[in-house]
Amino acid sequence: MIKITTPLTIEKVQSLKAGDEVLLTGTLYTSRDAGHKRMMEQLDKGEQLPFNIEESIIYYVGPSPAKEGEVIGSAGPTTSYRMDSFTPRLLDLGLKGMIGKGYRSKEVIASMIKNKAVYFGAVGGAAALIANCIKSSKIIAYEELGPEALRKLYVEDFPVIVVIDILGDNIYETEKEKYRIVQ
Amino acid sequence: MIENQFQLDNIRPVPLSKIISSVEEMTKNANYYVNNDIKEGLTNALETEESKTGINILNQLLENATIAGDKQVPICQDTGIAVFFVEIGQNVHIVNDCKGIDNIHDGTLEEAINEGVRRGYQNGYLRKSIVNDPFDRVNTGDNTPAVIHYDIVSGDKIHMHFAPKGFGSENMSRIYMIKPSDGIEGAKKVILETIDAAGPNACPPMVVGVGIGGSFEKAALLAKKSLLRPINQPSHIEYVRELEEELVRKANNLGIGPQGMGGRTTVLGINIITHPTHIAGLPVAINISCHATRHAEVII
Repeated sequence: MIKITTPLTIEKVQSLKAGDEVLLTGTLYTSRDAGHKRMMEQLDKGEQLPFNIEESIIYYVGPSPAKEGEVIGSAGPTTSYRMDSFTPRLLDLGLKGMIGKGYRSKEVIASMIKNKAVYFGAVGGAAALIANCIKSSKIIAYEELGPEALRKLYVEDFPVIVVIDILGDNIYETEKEKYRIVQ
Repeated sequence: MIENQFQLDNIRPVPLSKIISSVEEMTKNANYYVNNDIKEGLTNALETEESKTGINILNQLLENATIAGDKQVPICQDTGIAVFFVEIGQNVHIVNDCKGIDNIHDGTLEEAINEGVRRGYQNGYLRKSIVNDPFDRVNTGDNTPAVIHYDIVSGDKIHMHFAPKGFGSENMSRIYMIKPSDGIEGAKKVILETIDAAGPNACPPMVVGVGIGGSFEKAALLAKKSLLRPINQPSHIEYVRELEEELVRKANNLGIGPQGMGGRTTVLGINIITHPTHIAGLPVAINISCHATRHAEVII
Protein backbone atom coordinates (compact mmCIF):
# COMPACT_ATOMS: atom_id res chain seq x y z
CA MET A 1 0.00 0.00 0.00
CA ILE A 2 1.43 3.35 -1.08
CA LYS A 3 0.25 6.40 0.86
CA ILE A 4 -0.08 9.56 -1.21
CA THR A 5 -1.18 13.01 -0.03
CA THR A 6 -2.35 15.75 -2.37
CA PRO A 7 -1.30 17.90 -4.19
CA LEU A 8 -0.16 15.46 -6.84
CA THR A 9 3.28 16.84 -7.60
CA ILE A 10 5.40 15.65 -10.50
CA GLU A 11 7.59 13.59 -8.13
CA LYS A 12 4.55 11.79 -6.77
CA VAL A 13 3.07 10.93 -10.19
CA GLN A 14 6.45 9.72 -11.41
CA SER A 15 6.63 7.30 -8.49
CA LEU A 16 3.35 5.58 -9.37
CA LYS A 17 3.17 2.49 -11.60
CA ALA A 18 0.14 0.77 -13.13
CA GLY A 19 -1.17 -1.77 -10.64
CA ASP A 20 -0.02 0.07 -7.50
CA GLU A 21 -2.53 -0.02 -4.65
CA VAL A 22 -2.69 3.48 -3.17
CA LEU A 23 -4.31 5.12 -0.15
CA LEU A 24 -5.08 8.73 -1.03
CA THR A 25 -5.34 11.50 1.53
CA GLY A 26 -6.12 15.13 0.81
CA THR A 27 -8.28 17.20 -1.52
CA LEU A 28 -10.33 15.88 -4.42
CA TYR A 29 -12.69 17.80 -6.71
CA THR A 30 -15.79 15.99 -7.93
CA SER A 31 -17.14 16.39 -11.44
CA ARG A 32 -18.85 14.30 -14.09
CA ASP A 33 -20.87 14.76 -17.29
CA ALA A 34 -22.75 18.02 -16.76
CA GLY A 35 -20.02 19.54 -14.60
CA HIS A 36 -17.37 18.90 -17.24
CA LYS A 37 -19.58 20.51 -19.86
CA ARG A 38 -19.86 23.56 -17.60
CA MET A 39 -16.11 23.75 -17.16
CA MET A 40 -15.62 23.69 -20.93
CA GLU A 41 -18.18 26.49 -21.31
CA GLN A 42 -16.33 28.57 -18.72
CA LEU A 43 -12.99 27.97 -20.43
CA ASP A 44 -14.48 28.84 -23.83
CA LYS A 45 -15.66 32.14 -22.37
CA GLY A 46 -12.17 32.83 -21.05
CA GLU A 47 -13.30 32.42 -17.44
CA GLN A 48 -11.26 30.92 -14.62
CA LEU A 49 -12.24 27.48 -13.39
CA PRO A 50 -13.80 27.53 -9.89
CA PHE A 51 -10.81 25.70 -8.39
CA ASN A 52 -7.05 25.59 -8.80
CA ILE A 53 -6.59 22.77 -11.30
CA GLU A 54 -2.81 22.50 -11.17
CA GLU A 55 -1.60 19.33 -9.44
CA SER A 56 -5.22 18.54 -8.57
CA ILE A 57 -7.23 15.32 -8.70
CA ILE A 58 -10.75 15.08 -10.11
CA TYR A 59 -13.02 12.29 -8.83
CA TYR A 60 -15.74 11.27 -11.25
CA VAL A 61 -18.70 10.83 -8.91
CA GLY A 62 -22.31 11.88 -8.42
CA PRO A 63 -23.02 11.08 -4.77
CA SER A 64 -26.41 10.18 -3.34
CA PRO A 65 -27.79 12.79 -0.87
CA ALA A 66 -26.25 12.89 2.60
CA LYS A 67 -28.35 11.67 5.52
CA GLU A 68 -28.68 13.92 8.58
CA GLY A 69 -25.34 14.09 10.31
CA GLU A 70 -23.43 12.46 7.45
CA VAL A 71 -20.76 14.25 5.43
CA ILE A 72 -21.87 12.81 2.11
CA GLY A 73 -24.09 10.07 0.73
CA SER A 74 -22.80 6.97 -0.99
CA ALA A 75 -20.01 8.01 -3.32
CA GLY A 76 -18.53 5.39 -5.62
CA PRO A 77 -16.97 6.24 -9.00
CA THR A 78 -18.92 6.75 -12.21
CA THR A 79 -17.75 5.45 -15.59
CA SER A 80 -14.92 7.67 -16.83
CA TYR A 81 -15.18 7.34 -20.63
CA ARG A 82 -18.07 9.80 -20.72
CA MET A 83 -15.63 12.53 -19.63
CA ASP A 84 -12.98 11.56 -22.21
CA SER A 85 -13.81 14.27 -24.72
CA PHE A 86 -13.26 16.97 -22.07
CA THR A 87 -10.20 15.52 -20.40
CA PRO A 88 -7.19 16.41 -22.58
CA ARG A 89 -8.03 20.09 -22.20
CA LEU A 90 -8.03 19.78 -18.41
CA LEU A 91 -4.79 17.78 -18.47
CA ASP A 92 -3.19 20.56 -20.53
CA LEU A 93 -4.19 22.97 -17.73
CA GLY A 94 -2.38 20.96 -15.08
CA LEU A 95 -4.82 18.29 -13.86
CA LYS A 96 -2.60 15.49 -12.55
CA GLY A 97 -4.95 12.76 -11.34
CA MET A 98 -8.34 11.35 -12.19
CA ILE A 99 -10.30 8.79 -10.20
CA GLY A 100 -13.06 6.82 -11.87
CA LYS A 101 -13.67 3.43 -13.36
CA GLY A 102 -13.55 1.96 -16.84
CA TYR A 103 -11.68 2.47 -20.08
CA ARG A 104 -10.06 5.73 -21.22
CA SER A 105 -9.69 6.67 -24.86
CA LYS A 106 -6.42 6.70 -26.83
CA GLU A 107 -6.56 10.50 -26.88
CA VAL A 108 -6.84 10.71 -23.09
CA ILE A 109 -3.99 8.24 -22.59
CA ALA A 110 -1.79 10.17 -25.04
CA SER A 111 -2.54 13.38 -23.15
CA MET A 112 -1.77 11.66 -19.83
CA ILE A 113 1.63 10.61 -21.16
CA LYS A 114 2.31 14.09 -22.56
CA ASN A 115 1.21 15.87 -19.36
CA LYS A 116 2.43 13.22 -16.91
CA ALA A 117 -0.88 12.44 -15.23
CA VAL A 118 -2.24 9.32 -13.56
CA TYR A 119 -5.61 7.56 -13.79
CA PHE A 120 -6.79 5.79 -10.64
CA GLY A 121 -9.60 3.25 -10.40
CA ALA A 122 -11.84 3.23 -7.34
CA VAL A 123 -14.09 0.21 -6.73
CA GLY A 124 -17.40 0.77 -8.45
CA GLY A 125 -20.27 -0.10 -6.14
CA ALA A 126 -18.23 0.13 -2.94
CA ALA A 127 -20.04 3.43 -2.53
CA ALA A 128 -20.87 3.24 1.16
CA LEU A 129 -17.35 2.07 2.00
CA ILE A 130 -15.82 4.94 0.02
CA ALA A 131 -18.15 7.44 1.70
CA ASN A 132 -16.57 6.49 5.03
CA CYS A 133 -13.23 7.83 3.73
CA ILE A 134 -14.72 11.24 2.90
CA LYS A 135 -14.27 13.48 5.92
CA SER A 136 -15.67 16.71 4.49
CA SER A 137 -17.59 17.81 1.43
CA LYS A 138 -18.41 21.31 0.23
CA ILE A 139 -20.18 22.43 -2.95
CA ILE A 140 -18.00 25.10 -4.53
CA ALA A 141 -19.71 25.54 -7.93
CA TYR A 142 -22.59 24.48 -10.18
CA GLU A 143 -24.89 23.84 -7.21
CA GLU A 144 -27.96 23.65 -9.46
CA LEU A 145 -26.55 20.47 -10.99
CA GLY A 146 -27.44 18.62 -7.77
CA PRO A 147 -25.46 15.35 -7.69
CA GLU A 148 -23.31 16.71 -10.52
CA ALA A 149 -22.25 19.86 -8.66
CA LEU A 150 -18.54 20.60 -8.22
CA ARG A 151 -17.62 19.50 -4.72
CA LYS A 152 -14.38 19.90 -2.82
CA LEU A 153 -13.78 16.75 -0.76
CA TYR A 154 -11.27 16.01 1.95
CA VAL A 155 -10.52 12.28 2.04
CA GLU A 156 -8.39 10.05 4.27
CA ASP A 157 -6.94 6.76 3.08
CA PHE A 158 -9.28 6.47 0.10
CA PRO A 159 -8.31 3.10 -1.49
CA VAL A 160 -7.59 3.35 -5.22
CA ILE A 161 -5.55 1.39 -7.75
CA VAL A 162 -3.34 2.96 -10.43
CA VAL A 163 -4.99 1.83 -13.67
CA ILE A 164 -2.94 3.91 -16.13
CA ASP A 165 0.39 5.48 -15.19
CA ILE A 166 2.39 8.28 -16.83
CA LEU A 167 4.00 5.82 -19.24
CA GLY A 168 0.59 4.70 -20.49
CA ASP A 169 0.80 1.22 -18.94
CA ASN A 170 -2.78 0.08 -18.48
CA ILE A 171 -3.86 -2.73 -16.15
CA TYR A 172 -7.18 -3.10 -17.97
CA GLU A 173 -5.08 -4.48 -20.84
CA THR A 174 -2.20 -6.20 -19.08
CA GLU A 175 -4.01 -7.99 -16.24
CA LYS A 176 -6.82 -9.46 -18.35
CA GLU A 177 -4.21 -11.25 -20.49
CA LYS A 178 -2.81 -13.04 -17.42
CA TYR A 179 -6.18 -14.61 -16.60
CA ARG A 180 -7.65 -15.01 -20.08
CA ILE A 181 -8.18 -18.56 -21.33
CA VAL A 182 -8.59 -18.62 -25.11
CA GLN A 183 -11.42 -20.97 -26.12
CA MET B 1 -77.45 -5.98 -19.82
CA ILE B 2 -74.63 -8.48 -20.20
CA GLU B 3 -72.72 -6.97 -17.25
CA ASN B 4 -75.50 -7.97 -14.83
CA GLN B 5 -74.92 -11.64 -15.60
CA PHE B 6 -71.49 -11.53 -13.95
CA GLN B 7 -71.02 -11.42 -10.19
CA LEU B 8 -68.91 -8.63 -8.85
CA ASP B 9 -68.11 -10.14 -5.45
CA ASN B 10 -64.75 -11.55 -6.43
CA ILE B 11 -63.48 -8.10 -7.43
CA ARG B 12 -60.92 -6.96 -4.90
CA PRO B 13 -60.37 -3.27 -4.32
CA VAL B 14 -56.77 -2.11 -3.85
CA PRO B 15 -56.33 1.48 -2.66
CA LEU B 16 -53.75 3.77 -4.23
CA SER B 17 -52.40 4.66 -0.79
CA LYS B 18 -51.27 1.06 -0.27
CA ILE B 19 -49.50 1.10 -3.61
CA ILE B 20 -47.72 4.36 -2.80
CA SER B 21 -46.50 3.17 0.59
CA SER B 22 -45.41 -0.25 -0.70
CA VAL B 23 -43.44 1.31 -3.54
CA GLU B 24 -41.76 3.77 -1.17
CA GLU B 25 -40.68 0.87 1.04
CA MET B 26 -39.36 -1.15 -1.92
CA THR B 27 -37.25 1.70 -3.27
CA LYS B 28 -35.37 1.93 0.01
CA ASN B 29 -35.00 -1.81 0.65
CA ALA B 30 -33.69 -2.56 -2.81
CA ASN B 31 -31.05 0.14 -2.49
CA TYR B 32 -29.85 -0.53 1.07
CA TYR B 33 -29.71 -4.34 1.21
CA VAL B 34 -27.67 -6.60 -1.07
CA ASN B 35 -29.77 -9.67 -1.87
CA ASN B 36 -28.63 -13.02 -0.50
CA ASP B 37 -27.92 -14.58 -3.88
CA ILE B 38 -25.46 -11.79 -4.70
CA LYS B 39 -23.77 -11.97 -1.28
CA GLU B 40 -23.45 -15.71 -1.75
CA GLY B 41 -22.02 -15.20 -5.24
CA LEU B 42 -19.41 -12.73 -4.00
CA THR B 43 -18.46 -14.97 -1.04
CA ASN B 44 -18.13 -18.04 -3.29
CA ALA B 45 -15.98 -16.00 -5.69
CA LEU B 46 -13.43 -15.46 -2.90
CA GLU B 47 -12.76 -19.21 -3.02
CA THR B 48 -12.04 -19.31 -6.74
CA GLU B 49 -10.49 -15.89 -7.43
CA GLU B 50 -6.76 -16.07 -8.14
CA SER B 51 -5.93 -12.38 -8.47
CA LYS B 52 -4.76 -10.62 -5.30
CA THR B 53 -6.31 -7.34 -6.47
CA GLY B 54 -9.47 -9.26 -7.36
CA ILE B 55 -9.72 -10.69 -3.85
CA ASN B 56 -9.15 -7.23 -2.38
CA ILE B 57 -11.99 -5.87 -4.51
CA LEU B 58 -14.40 -8.70 -3.62
CA ASN B 59 -13.68 -8.08 0.07
CA GLN B 60 -14.38 -4.36 -0.40
CA LEU B 61 -17.72 -5.22 -2.00
CA LEU B 62 -18.73 -7.53 0.85
CA GLU B 63 -17.67 -4.93 3.42
CA ASN B 64 -19.64 -2.34 1.48
CA ALA B 65 -22.76 -4.54 1.64
CA THR B 66 -22.44 -4.72 5.43
CA ILE B 67 -21.92 -0.97 5.84
CA ALA B 68 -24.83 -0.10 3.53
CA GLY B 69 -27.22 -2.48 5.27
CA ASP B 70 -26.19 -1.39 8.78
CA LYS B 71 -26.32 2.35 8.07
CA GLN B 72 -29.29 2.09 5.68
CA VAL B 73 -27.48 3.97 2.94
CA PRO B 74 -27.31 3.08 -0.75
CA ILE B 75 -25.06 0.18 -1.78
CA CYS B 76 -24.18 2.22 -4.85
CA GLN B 77 -24.57 5.97 -5.37
CA ASP B 78 -26.29 5.25 -8.68
CA THR B 79 -29.65 4.36 -7.17
CA GLY B 80 -30.81 3.86 -10.72
CA ILE B 81 -33.67 4.52 -13.02
CA ALA B 82 -36.74 3.07 -11.27
CA VAL B 83 -37.86 0.00 -13.23
CA PHE B 84 -40.98 -1.93 -12.25
CA PHE B 85 -42.57 -5.15 -13.41
CA VAL B 86 -46.18 -5.12 -12.21
CA GLU B 87 -48.48 -8.12 -12.44
CA ILE B 88 -52.07 -7.04 -11.92
CA GLY B 89 -54.65 -9.69 -11.19
CA GLN B 90 -57.69 -9.41 -13.44
CA ASN B 91 -59.95 -9.21 -10.39
CA VAL B 92 -58.18 -6.20 -8.91
CA HIS B 93 -59.99 -2.89 -8.89
CA ILE B 94 -57.76 0.06 -8.19
CA VAL B 95 -59.44 2.62 -5.93
CA ASN B 96 -58.43 6.24 -5.59
CA ASP B 97 -58.32 7.02 -1.87
CA CYS B 98 -55.81 9.81 -2.50
CA LYS B 99 -58.06 12.50 -3.91
CA GLY B 100 -56.52 15.90 -3.30
CA ILE B 101 -53.04 14.55 -2.66
CA ASP B 102 -50.30 16.26 -4.63
CA ASN B 103 -49.31 14.42 -7.79
CA ILE B 104 -52.46 12.26 -7.84
CA HIS B 105 -54.66 13.87 -10.52
CA ASP B 106 -56.42 11.03 -12.31
CA GLY B 107 -56.01 8.39 -9.62
CA THR B 108 -54.06 6.03 -11.86
CA LEU B 109 -51.77 3.17 -10.87
CA GLU B 110 -48.99 4.91 -12.77
CA GLU B 111 -49.38 8.07 -10.68
CA ALA B 112 -49.31 6.02 -7.48
CA ILE B 113 -46.14 4.16 -8.48
CA ASN B 114 -44.43 7.42 -9.41
CA GLU B 115 -45.52 9.00 -6.12
CA GLY B 116 -44.05 6.04 -4.25
CA VAL B 117 -40.79 6.54 -6.15
CA ARG B 118 -40.84 10.25 -5.43
CA ARG B 119 -41.30 9.69 -1.69
CA GLY B 120 -38.84 6.81 -1.44
CA TYR B 121 -36.08 8.61 -3.30
CA GLN B 122 -36.58 11.74 -1.20
CA ASN B 123 -37.12 10.23 2.25
CA GLY B 124 -34.61 7.45 1.62
CA TYR B 125 -31.75 9.76 0.62
CA LEU B 126 -31.54 8.12 -2.79
CA ARG B 127 -30.03 9.90 -5.78
CA LYS B 128 -32.26 11.70 -8.28
CA SER B 129 -30.83 10.56 -11.57
CA ILE B 130 -33.53 11.22 -14.17
CA VAL B 131 -33.50 14.01 -16.77
CA ASN B 132 -36.62 15.33 -18.48
CA ASP B 133 -35.52 14.83 -22.08
CA PRO B 134 -32.66 12.91 -23.70
CA PHE B 135 -31.23 16.09 -25.22
CA ASP B 136 -32.44 18.92 -22.97
CA ARG B 137 -31.29 16.96 -19.90
CA VAL B 138 -32.75 18.92 -17.00
CA ASN B 139 -32.93 16.78 -13.85
CA THR B 140 -36.55 16.07 -12.91
CA GLY B 141 -35.55 16.37 -9.26
CA ASP B 142 -37.49 13.36 -7.96
CA ASN B 143 -36.25 10.34 -9.94
CA THR B 144 -39.53 10.09 -11.83
CA PRO B 145 -40.88 9.05 -14.21
CA ALA B 146 -40.38 5.38 -13.48
CA VAL B 147 -40.24 2.80 -16.27
CA ILE B 148 -43.17 0.46 -15.65
CA HIS B 149 -43.93 -2.83 -17.40
CA TYR B 150 -47.44 -4.17 -16.81
CA ASP B 151 -48.76 -7.69 -17.14
CA ILE B 152 -52.38 -8.61 -16.56
CA VAL B 153 -52.64 -12.02 -14.94
CA SER B 154 -55.32 -14.07 -13.28
CA GLY B 155 -56.22 -13.53 -9.63
CA ASP B 156 -56.86 -10.64 -7.29
CA LYS B 157 -53.40 -9.55 -6.22
CA ILE B 158 -50.94 -6.95 -7.43
CA HIS B 159 -47.40 -8.35 -7.51
CA MET B 160 -44.80 -5.61 -7.95
CA HIS B 161 -41.12 -6.07 -8.65
CA PHE B 162 -38.79 -3.09 -8.27
CA ALA B 163 -35.41 -3.34 -9.94
CA PRO B 164 -33.51 -0.03 -9.94
CA LYS B 165 -31.04 -0.02 -12.81
CA GLY B 166 -27.70 1.76 -12.72
CA PHE B 167 -26.44 3.04 -16.01
CA GLY B 168 -22.77 2.11 -15.91
CA SER B 169 -23.84 -1.42 -16.74
CA GLU B 170 -26.97 -0.48 -18.67
CA ASN B 171 -24.83 1.47 -21.16
CA MET B 172 -22.93 -1.70 -22.00
CA SER B 173 -26.09 -3.60 -23.01
CA ARG B 174 -26.70 -4.63 -26.62
CA ILE B 175 -29.26 -6.24 -28.86
CA TYR B 176 -28.42 -8.33 -31.92
CA MET B 177 -30.80 -9.54 -34.62
CA ILE B 178 -28.86 -12.63 -35.65
CA LYS B 179 -29.87 -15.11 -38.37
CA PRO B 180 -31.70 -18.32 -37.55
CA SER B 181 -28.82 -20.14 -39.25
CA ASP B 182 -26.38 -18.57 -36.76
CA GLY B 183 -28.05 -20.75 -34.15
CA ILE B 184 -27.03 -21.28 -30.55
CA GLU B 185 -23.34 -20.79 -31.39
CA GLY B 186 -24.23 -17.41 -32.87
CA ALA B 187 -26.06 -16.47 -29.70
CA LYS B 188 -23.13 -17.55 -27.51
CA LYS B 189 -20.77 -15.49 -29.67
CA VAL B 190 -22.69 -12.23 -29.32
CA ILE B 191 -23.35 -12.73 -25.62
CA LEU B 192 -19.65 -13.25 -24.90
CA GLU B 193 -18.64 -10.38 -27.20
CA THR B 194 -20.96 -8.06 -25.29
CA ILE B 195 -19.50 -9.10 -21.94
CA ASP B 196 -15.95 -8.76 -23.30
CA ALA B 197 -16.62 -5.28 -24.69
CA ALA B 198 -18.22 -4.18 -21.42
CA GLY B 199 -15.11 -5.01 -19.44
CA PRO B 200 -14.39 -2.67 -16.54
CA ASN B 201 -17.13 -0.21 -17.58
CA ALA B 202 -19.91 -2.43 -16.26
CA CYS B 203 -18.35 -2.81 -12.77
CA PRO B 204 -17.56 -6.51 -12.89
CA PRO B 205 -18.33 -8.97 -11.48
CA MET B 206 -21.41 -8.64 -13.66
CA VAL B 207 -24.81 -10.24 -13.64
CA VAL B 208 -26.01 -10.74 -17.21
CA GLY B 209 -29.65 -10.97 -18.32
CA VAL B 210 -30.35 -12.42 -21.76
CA GLY B 211 -33.58 -12.51 -23.75
CA ILE B 212 -33.64 -14.71 -26.84
CA GLY B 213 -36.54 -14.74 -29.29
CA GLY B 214 -39.78 -12.77 -29.46
CA SER B 215 -39.57 -9.49 -31.33
CA PHE B 216 -36.97 -6.71 -31.10
CA GLU B 217 -38.50 -5.12 -28.00
CA LYS B 218 -39.70 -8.38 -26.44
CA ALA B 219 -36.16 -9.76 -26.41
CA ALA B 220 -34.94 -6.65 -24.60
CA LEU B 221 -37.80 -6.81 -22.10
CA LEU B 222 -37.07 -10.48 -21.40
CA ALA B 223 -33.40 -9.67 -20.87
CA LYS B 224 -34.33 -7.11 -18.19
CA LYS B 225 -36.93 -9.45 -16.68
CA SER B 226 -34.40 -12.25 -16.41
CA LEU B 227 -32.37 -10.05 -14.04
CA LEU B 228 -35.18 -10.43 -11.50
CA ARG B 229 -34.33 -14.09 -11.07
CA PRO B 230 -31.81 -14.89 -8.28
CA ILE B 231 -28.48 -15.96 -9.76
CA ASN B 232 -28.55 -19.23 -7.84
CA GLN B 233 -31.78 -20.25 -9.57
CA PRO B 234 -31.06 -21.62 -13.03
CA SER B 235 -33.55 -21.84 -15.87
CA HIS B 236 -36.04 -24.67 -15.52
CA ILE B 237 -35.53 -25.56 -19.20
CA GLU B 238 -32.67 -28.04 -19.36
CA TYR B 239 -30.87 -26.82 -22.48
CA VAL B 240 -31.14 -23.22 -21.29
CA ARG B 241 -29.71 -24.15 -17.90
CA GLU B 242 -26.77 -25.82 -19.63
CA LEU B 243 -26.31 -22.75 -21.82
CA GLU B 244 -26.29 -20.51 -18.73
CA GLU B 245 -23.63 -22.68 -17.05
CA GLU B 246 -21.47 -22.85 -20.18
CA LEU B 247 -21.62 -19.10 -20.69
CA VAL B 248 -20.70 -18.38 -17.06
CA ARG B 249 -17.61 -20.59 -17.50
CA LYS B 250 -16.65 -18.96 -20.78
CA ALA B 251 -17.32 -15.44 -19.49
CA ASN B 252 -15.08 -16.07 -16.51
CA ASN B 253 -12.40 -17.36 -18.89
CA LEU B 254 -12.27 -13.90 -20.49
CA GLY B 255 -9.99 -12.90 -17.61
CA ILE B 256 -11.61 -9.49 -17.08
CA GLY B 257 -11.97 -10.04 -13.33
CA PRO B 258 -13.36 -7.80 -10.56
CA GLN B 259 -13.49 -4.18 -11.76
CA GLY B 260 -11.78 -5.30 -14.97
CA MET B 261 -8.43 -5.47 -13.23
CA GLY B 262 -7.85 -9.10 -14.15
CA GLY B 263 -9.06 -12.27 -12.51
CA ARG B 264 -11.32 -15.31 -12.59
CA THR B 265 -14.54 -13.58 -11.49
CA THR B 266 -15.98 -11.66 -14.40
CA VAL B 267 -19.63 -12.69 -13.96
CA LEU B 268 -21.58 -13.87 -10.91
CA GLY B 269 -24.36 -15.32 -13.04
CA ILE B 270 -26.08 -15.31 -16.41
CA ASN B 271 -29.88 -15.65 -16.60
CA ILE B 272 -31.52 -16.49 -19.93
CA ILE B 273 -35.18 -16.38 -20.96
CA THR B 274 -36.20 -17.77 -24.34
CA HIS B 275 -39.41 -17.08 -26.25
CA PRO B 276 -41.09 -18.13 -29.49
CA THR B 277 -40.01 -15.96 -32.38
CA HIS B 278 -40.47 -15.30 -36.09
CA ILE B 279 -39.38 -17.84 -38.73
CA ALA B 280 -36.92 -15.27 -40.10
CA GLY B 281 -35.46 -14.05 -36.84
CA LEU B 282 -33.27 -14.78 -33.82
CA PRO B 283 -33.19 -11.66 -31.62
CA VAL B 284 -30.62 -11.83 -28.81
CA ALA B 285 -30.76 -9.07 -26.22
CA ILE B 286 -28.04 -8.81 -23.59
CA ASN B 287 -28.80 -6.59 -20.58
CA ILE B 288 -25.61 -6.15 -18.60
CA SER B 289 -26.00 -5.58 -14.88
CA CYS B 290 -23.38 -5.35 -12.18
CA HIS B 291 -22.79 -6.83 -8.73
CA ALA B 292 -25.22 -4.18 -7.42
CA THR B 293 -28.10 -5.95 -9.14
CA ARG B 294 -30.97 -4.86 -6.92
CA HIS B 295 -34.46 -6.23 -6.58
CA ALA B 296 -37.32 -5.91 -4.12
CA GLU B 297 -40.85 -7.23 -4.47
CA VAL B 298 -44.21 -6.98 -2.77
CA ILE B 299 -47.56 -8.68 -3.18
CA ILE B 300 -50.58 -6.54 -2.38
